This record gives sequence, C-alpha cells and structure tokens, in this order.
Amino acid sequence: MDRTIIEDEPRVSRPTRETRGHELELEGLPPDVEKLDPAVEVKELSLWYGESQALFDVNMRIPERMVTAFIGPSGCGKSTLLRCLNRLNDLIPGVRISGTVRIQGEDIYGSGIDVIALRKRTGMVFQKSNPFPKSIYENVIYGLRIDGQNRRSVLDEAVERSLHAAGLWDEVKDRLKESAMNLSGGQQQRLCIARAIATEPEVLLMDEPCSALDPIATARIEALITELRETYTVVIVTHNMHQATRVSDYTAFFYLGNLIEFGPTKKIFQKPDKKQTEDYVTGRFG
Amino acid sequence: MAAHPRRKTPSLRVRRDAPVWVQAIRRGDPFVWLTGSALTASMLMIVGILLLIIVNGMGSMWPKELVRIETDEGTPFLGQIERRETIPGYVEEGGGGERFLMRIANRDLYGIDFRWFDESEVVAREKPEDALVAERLEWGPFNGFLVELRLPGETIAADGIWDRFQREIDAAHDRYGRIEEVEEEEVGRINEEIESARLAIREIELEGIADTPEGRRRIAALREEVDRWTAEYEQLRERLGELRRADEEYRVVLRSVRGEVRDYAISHIVRAYRPNEMGIPGKVGIYLSRLWEFVSQDPRESNTEGGIFPAIFGTVLMTLIMTIAVVPLGVLAALYLREYAKQGPIVSAVRIAVNNLAGVPSIVFGLFGLGFFAYLVGGAIDSTFYPERLPSPTFGGGGLLWASLTLALLTVPVVIVATEEALAAVPTGIREGSIACGASKFQTVTRIVLPSAAPGIMTGAILAMARGAGEVAPLMITGVVKLAPELPLDGTFPYLHLERKFMHLGFHIYDVGFQSPNVEAAKPMVYATTLLLILIVVLLNLTAIIVRNKLRDKYKTGAFG
Ligand SMILES: Nc1ncnc2c1ncn2[C@@H]1O[C@H](COP(=O)(O)OP(=O)(O)OP(=O)(O)O)[C@@H](O)[C@H]1O
Ligand SMILES: [Mg+2]
Repeated sequence: MDRTIIEDEPRVSRPTRETRGHELELEGLPPDVEKLDPAVEVKELSLWYGESQALFDVNMRIPERMVTAFIGPSGCGKSTLLRCLNRLNDLIPGVRISGTVRIQGEDIYGSGIDVIALRKRTGMVFQKSNPFPKSIYENVIYGLRIDGQNRRSVLDEAVERSLHAAGLWDEVKDRLKESAMNLSGGQQQRLCIARAIATEPEVLLMDEPCSALDPIATARIEALITELRETYTVVIVTHNMHQATRVSDYTAFFYLGNLIEFGPTKKIFQKPDKKQTEDYVTGRFG
Repeated sequence: MAAHPRRKTPSLRVRRDAPVWVQAIRRGDPFVWLTGSALTASMLMIVGILLLIIVNGMGSMWPKELVRIETDEGTPFLGQIERRETIPGYVEEGGGGERFLMRIANRDLYGIDFRWFDESEVVAREKPEDALVAERLEWGPFNGFLVELRLPGETIAADGIWDRFQREIDAAHDRYGRIEEVEEEEVGRINEEIESARLAIREIELEGIADTPEGRRRIAALREEVDRWTAEYEQLRERLGELRRADEEYRVVLRSVRGEVRDYAISHIVRAYRPNEMGIPGKVGIYLSRLWEFVSQDPRESNTEGGIFPAIFGTVLMTLIMTIAVVPLGVLAALYLREYAKQGPIVSAVRIAVNNLAGVPSIVFGLFGLGFFAYLVGGAIDSTFYPERLPSPTFGGGGLLWASLTLALLTVPVVIVATEEALAAVPTGIREGSIACGASKFQTVTRIVLPSAAPGIMTGAILAMARGAGEVAPLMITGVVKLAPELPLDGTFPYLHLERKFMHLGFHIYDVGFQSPNVEAAKPMVYATTLLLILIVVLLNLTAIIVRNKLRDKYKTGAFG
C-alpha cells in the first residue's frame, strides 16, 4: 500500500483545512471545532452506573478525520464516554443513559438502530490488548467472517491491507497461521488495531492503546495513528500528555464526569481557558 | 543536627532461649508434619489398593505348578497350591499349624474345586513331570495325566503323544469354530426371518384386516414363508448334528491321580499344559494365551471362567453413549445459566440445586431412569412403534440407551459446574473485543467463548466419564444383566441395538464376587476384572486428557489475553 506521509509538514495546519480557519489566537491553530463537520455529536449526555452518575451533561462535536484526545484524571469518565460511542455500555447491567449521541447525523440511541451495524462502523482498540485465541489471520478478518465473508481473495486482501496499515505486516507475513497468542504485547496491540480497521470503520475508538507498551512500540502506534488520521476519525483516551500533544488535533479535558474544556490541542496545552485545565496539563493538579 | 539517641535494634539471630519443642511449635513444624502425614496416609492407601489389585489381578493367570500329595488316609490329590495360612486357635485344640488351599479341580469327579489341607496330614509330596492341567469348556480344569488320543481310525498312546495332543487341540478349535460360525450366522438368520414373518402376521392382525381377503392372502403367504424357513432350519440342524458328531469322534482319554479314567471331546478342551516340565517361556505363553482369552472371549461357567469381553464392550459403549448425551446437555444448560439467564436469586437457586443433584444417591437416579425412561418413554415408544412385539418389551424395559441416559442425568451436574467455571474464566476483554467488532451475542459465544472454554468443558467431560464408568447401582435396574446373549453392536441392521440389555464390568465384579457358586474359582476373576475396569477408566480419561491438552495448546490465552 502506498502511504507516504510528509513528516516535516506541521500537522495542525493541513492545507485542506486551513482555508476554513480564522480568528486564530495562537499561530497555526486548526479551526474551531464548531465550524467543522462532526463525525460524532454528543448532546447533553448523562450516564448512571446504577445509582452513581458517571457522566454529567456532556456536549461535544468530534470532528471528522481528525484525532481527538480525551484526557483527565483516573475515574473521570473517559472510558465511559468512549464506550457510549459504540454502545458497549449496553453489556453492563444497570447502566442508564440520557441525552443523544449522533454518528453522521444518526441518533445511535434512537429507536430502530441496529447496534451490530453501528459497531461495525466504529472500530475499538482496548487498553489491554485482547487478541482472540485464534490464528493471526483469523484475528484480523474476524469482523469480515461474522459478516459471512468467506471469499479467499477478499479475506487475503483485507489481511494484507490491515496489517500493513497497523505496521505489522513485515513482522508476521510468514506466520499468519500461527496463534496470535505467541506475539509480543506490542505486536498483539497492533494486531488488535489491524482487527479494528479491517472492516474499514468510520470512527476508531482507542482506550489508552499504549499504556502497556514500551516507548518503541508506543512510537510505532503513534506513527500509525498519524497515518490513520488520513482515513479515519480517531478518538484516543490517554494519560500521557506528551502523547496527546504529539498525535491529536483536538483535546477534551474531563474532570469528575464533566467535560471541562474542549479545543485545539495546542490551545489546551498552551493557553487553556479554564484554570482546572491549566493545573492538570501543567501537572499542578491535585 | 541534633544527635538522636541510638535506638536499640532487636538482633536478627535465631532466639535460642526457649526449649527446642517450643521453638518447633513456634515455627509451625508440627503442622508441616501433620499435612505431610495426611498426604502419606492417603497415598499409602491408594497405592496399597492398586498394588493388591495389580498383584492379584495379574498373578491369577500365571500357570502354577501341580503338586501331588498323599494324606495320612492314603488318598492322593493333585493340584495347585493357592495360598497358605496359620490355622487359627490354640495349639491344644489343633491350632497353630500350617494349612494350605489346593485347587484339586476335576469338579465333575469330586464335586468341589478347592480343598484345605493341614500340613500335618500330608505324608508325601512330589511334582510329577507329566502331570497336566486341561482347561475345559465345562466343569473347569482337569488335573491328571494323558492316557491316549482316540482319533477316527487311530489310537495314539505312545511317543509324541503330547505334541500330537497340542496339534489336535488346535485343529479341534478350528473345527469347533466353524460349527459355531454356522450356528450363529445361519441359525441366527433363519430365526430372524421367522421372527419377522411372525411379527408381520401379528401386525396384520393388529390392523384388523386379517379377515379380509387381502389380509388372508398376505397371512397365508407369510405362513408359507415361515414353513419354508422352518424346513430349512430342520435341514440345518441335521447338518449341524452331523458336524458335531464328527467332531466328537476326536477324543482324549485322561486319568486322574486316583486312577479314574475319563474321555472328552478334544474340542471341549480350551488348552492343556504340563506346568511342572515347562520353562519360563512356556509359562509366559500360557499366561498370554489366558490373558487374551480373558479380554476377548465370552464368559463360561456362570462367569467364573473364560473372558469378559462382553462386559468390556458394554462398559465402553455405555460410557461413550453417556458422554455423547451428557456433554451437549450440560454445556447447553451451563451456557444458558451463565450467558443468557439474568443473574439473580432464581439463577443462584438453580445453581445450588444443580450442585446438590450431584449428592443424590445414585440408586435414586436408577429408579428414576427405570420409571421415567424405561416404563414411561420406552412404554410409549413400544406402543407406538412396536405394538406387534408386545407384551414382550422392546424399549419398554431396561436397556443400553436408558442406562446411558440415566448415567448422563447422574453426571450432568459435573459437566454443568465445570462448564460454568470455564465460561466464567473467559476474559471479559475478548468478549468485549468480539462485540466491538460487530459480532452478535450468539456469534461471540460460538466463535470466541466456547472455543476458549473448551479445555474446561473437556475437564468436566472427563470427570463425568470417570464417574459414569465406575457407577453400578443405577445400572443394575436400568439394563445391565449378568449374562447378555448378544452384544449391543453387531452386523444385523440397525447395527447399534440401543434397546438390548448389556454387560458391565462393575456389575460383573459384583456378580462374580458375590453371586457366584464357586467363590474360590471366581476370586481371580474379580481381581482381574477390577484391574481391567480401572485400566479402562484410566484409558478413557487419558484419551480425554490428551484431547483437552491439544485444545488447550490451540486456544491458550496468553499473558496479555
Ligand atoms: N462497570 C461499572 N460499574 C459501576 N461503575 C463503574 C463501572 N465502570 C466505571 N465505573 C465508574 O465510573 C466512573 C468513570 O469510570 P471510567 O472507567 O470511565 O474512568 P476513566 O476516566 O476511564 O478512568 P481511567 O483513566 O482510570 O481509565 C468511575 O467512578 C468508575 O468507578
Ligand atoms: Mg479508562
């Protein structure tokens, strides 16, 4: 696959988007999120685990084909919000939700929504890599197999494309039939990314994808996210401030279930509007 | 900085101020000894049982030497010494001496097989080189001496008689085997034809068309068929009679140690050997041939002689059918309990009930199996599908299928519990991974959860098999018999006869050991059968364990899984 990226180019000011941006306070800021087409639109979203409320009236527009980072202290509801976007919270008994979440304009909690179809349009990568106890090949094409796709040529093509995209192809191309359990932790995580993008979803949700990885594997995955941005809308939860600044275009800061501030990453880290945000990103939090 | 007073630190050296035993208690040594001895005691008991069974089971087939003794009354005896013991009681009352048990055999002559002799009453003993043991199809072994062979047209009494005898035994077995083959196949076929014609007539009568011209015509045709087959049967019987008479012309004359002379058809001699002049290789040969007879032949002499093949066959077949029935049932039930049912007090109650089911006495399951499966379900099957055979039951009595299903019911809690545990152990991560890929619950369960739980499910199946193969009580009333005329699997359609009664090693042990008229003769059989049952259970389990480990390798969940 042909995926050349021009590393020197400042990522925050891609020419295609630049034309839309104005009123910039900081140099090279991307446009305000309100002015971009949203891939995901969250409106007045509140969520309860049984009696305890985990999200309070969250409103945000996650822009299309950009990387959006969720940051905030542990337990502030980042994963919870992420799991609302593909309705994974449905699996947990006692969860109650109010408000709306729209993906490409469709209310995913509305009536008559096919949850399965929704999940096929939103790939997810988990904090703990979770390859299936199957071969590498079968792991990648799992999403296609459950769709009933059995054509060899289609599957082979999907495996090669996804593994290339996940930067794993060269390492595993000779052992596709081996168990995925024999891969290293970093390779397993990249395999999970390949699995998530094999069905070509519109939105890629990543929950701390690098937290169990060493710096080299982390760097590879960050490079990968940068590449994926060309095709996908990426939402990434991270505890690593440097990672947020390195990979994301926009950043949302959460605190105790509330969305405190959401804006261009550069702004959040250099000149945030809220004192809480500033304290957190500068490490004076506590 | 102000100087702090130096704190006195306790020494790290072992304190030796208390007595040694107090120190030991402090360290917890007695507890270690206690746990160790408990383990040792358990191991010793298990190893003891196994050794007892192995020694007695394996040793019983070794050919023992024949001893000729003479008692002070002047009567000679010839037999194998089975065991010796000290006579219980005071010396003044005749106790304290040694006595031994001898298998004097020749039950047709003496009426008993075994006899105790006091060491003090024996005046002479020797081991005659040419003494022989001839194992017979009836009456057990004959201990004595070879006199002559009476073959058609010749009588052999001189040199080379022993070798000729051995050859004649082999030839006679071939002859006899052919006769039996004819008997089983031809006679069996004719009987079947007659029986099916008879059932067809009965069916016509049940349909109520026997008095119509059509019915009369068909019945007449069937009657004719029966007559034809009966005539053929008569012919066959005549032919068989001839063959038998020809076979009986080959005879061997034997003499007992007291001089009684008897002649037997050679084909009725299973094997003959002279243990006193035999070397180790010869004895090994006899041992192996007896072993082979034991595992491959039908029982004889009310199960105290011959083999136990039908019981092995029945045990294995029943265990397999039980496993085939219990695993799907248990796995499906566990799947519902763990994956689909809403967890709450009702599910917990069901779970407790299932666990307690494992504690219900097995005979209760047997009664249930007899009442529900055999009488209710089987009775319904009989009146629907086999009305012409009534009142003799087909499925309406105990049989292989009902016994297997009863045991499946007995062992299903084991499978449910094991499967539930295996399902619970499947990491949430990979379940969510599958769901997030857009898989439905059903796809997640069948493609991810079940394969990952397969090793655990196999463990449950192994435990169920081990439990089921050794169970006896419920089988006694749901289809096991002491002697089954036919195997449940044979060459006649539909090959697997699930309604047939069958034999089982566990019941065989009980039957031979406690219901046999000839306890001493049956003893080796009991040990050997027990050993075999243990071996079969081990073998079945080993197979299942190998399969499980294969699965485990295939679906192992890595450190990051
Ligand atoms: N399954 C659950 N049942 C009940 N409460 C839950 C559940 N999952 C999360 N919570 C609660 O919801 C709140 C938000 O949790 P969440 O996992 O979204 O935090 P997070 O921001 O992802 O934290 P971290 O950075 O540690 O992953 C926490 O207070 C947590 O205790
Ligand atoms: Mg989290």
